Amino acid sequence: MTHSPPIIDARGLWKKFGGLAVLKGVDLSVAERELVFIIGPSGSGKSTLLRCLNRLEEPDDGSIQVDGIELLSPKTDLNAARRRIGMVFQSFNLYPHMTARANVMLALRKVLGQDKDQAAQLAARALDRVGLAERMDHYPAQLSGGQQQRVAIARAIALEPRVMLFDEPTSALDPELVGGVLNVMRELRQDGMTMVVVSHEMAFAKAAADRVVFMADGQKLEEGPPAQIFDAPRHERTRAFIRQIDRH
Amino acid sequence: MDALNSFIFSFFNLKVMAQYLPLVAQGLGLTVVLALLIVVCGLALGLALAVIRSFGLRVLNWAIIFTVDVFRALPPLVIIVLLFFGLPAAGLSISGFAATWLSLTLVLMAFSEEIFWAGITAVPKGQWEAARSTGLSFLQTLRMVVLPQALRITVPPLTNRTIAITKGTALGSVVGVAEILGASQSAMSFSANPSPLTLGAIAYLVLFIPVVALGRWIETRFAWKR
Repeated sequence: MTHSPPIIDARGLWKKFGGLAVLKGVDLSVAERELVFIIGPSGSGKSTLLRCLNRLEEPDDGSIQVDGIELLSPKTDLNAARRRIGMVFQSFNLYPHMTARANVMLALRKVLGQDKDQAAQLAARALDRVGLAERMDHYPAQLSGGQQQRVAIARAIALEPRVMLFDEPTSALDPELVGGVLNVMRELRQDGMTMVVVSHEMAFAKAAADRVVFMADGQKLEEGPPAQIFDAPRHERTRAFIRQIDRH
Repeated sequence: MDALNSFIFSFFNLKVMAQYLPLVAQGLGLTVVLALLIVVCGLALGLALAVIRSFGLRVLNWAIIFTVDVFRALPPLVIIVLLFFGLPAAGLSISGFAATWLSLTLVLMAFSEEIFWAGITAVPKGQWEAARSTGLSFLQTLRMVVLPQALRITVPPLTNRTIAITKGTALGSVVGVAEILGASQSAMSFSANPSPLTLGAIAYLVLFIPVVALGRWIETRFAWKR
């Protein structure tokens, strides 16, 4: 797995907000079909790093290659690149004025240029994949948080992205709704989707991640297989963080 | 009793009212045309400015904000009078109708731009991010994700403001536009009796109560399922 060329290759990423450096020269490479978990205390820059990977955040310095595309090059068609990079947000961000199916259809029609029937079919299939075939015609406000997040996942995977970015996908959910979302992510993983996940779901990380990256103060302090990071962390900051998490 | 009779003679003189009904009805027609032109042009310009403002081009935005603030600050009557009496001095003659239309259009443009803009900025940033992350362009996101939500939020303040400004068509009477008030005032001079003013008031009610009701209907119609 680690021998295939990386599908995400970010190097030397710097990002400042005002005077504050949030990313201080971070590298991240992700192999195809790999599930990488990014953990770390709040303010460590993990979400910013993730958001740089589809340029929702503009890095001040560094380079990012995704699926062979130089993401930061001015010549790159960013919209074309973004459809290969799915993203799921903490707050779901479904379009409230559209049904679940219409949420999924929008980019299929406007970005991929599919006709209405084709898009409707693919949207139905994507919603079926996340277990929401029966809720297709519901508006977001008529769905639970967990269902909304699964629609958001369907919206992203319908475009058949090469990688999926998850930005704290379960943090806004009631505990009993977390499982459904994690199940969908587990299935995606089994289907071979490359995933980068920022999350506090440590049990899920232990069970599903290929690699865990620990970040603090805008730097990658440590990375390795979950067993190493959780059971034998080398860095003192990592140890302290794991201890705190375990207490909860 | 005499006082009542003289009040009725002055304000509810059916003979005078019947005689000048056609004139006031013509005024009503003119008010409708004027109001429609103002609403269509004012809202279209206001929306256009708000959309341009969302591009975030600094110098352009300063120009928009300055223009909008000027037309929000000036009383509509002042703009009408300035255009009607001022432009001819600059060699551009303009009819009372055009002066009224242009003035109120600019005022509605200014107020509606602010309302549309407030609506656009009220749409959460996450909506932009979600749409852009699927590869939609800025304009596609604005048109298909942000504006539909922004417009729904803006319907109540927008209907209010639109009604308030369209009623300003009565100001056209100052520059000789024979809309409802203008027509009623002429009729009052011809007949030496103020009853046509009553007729004018009724005409405003006939015109604007349905508009107010329509506004209310739009507000409920566009409030989406929660």
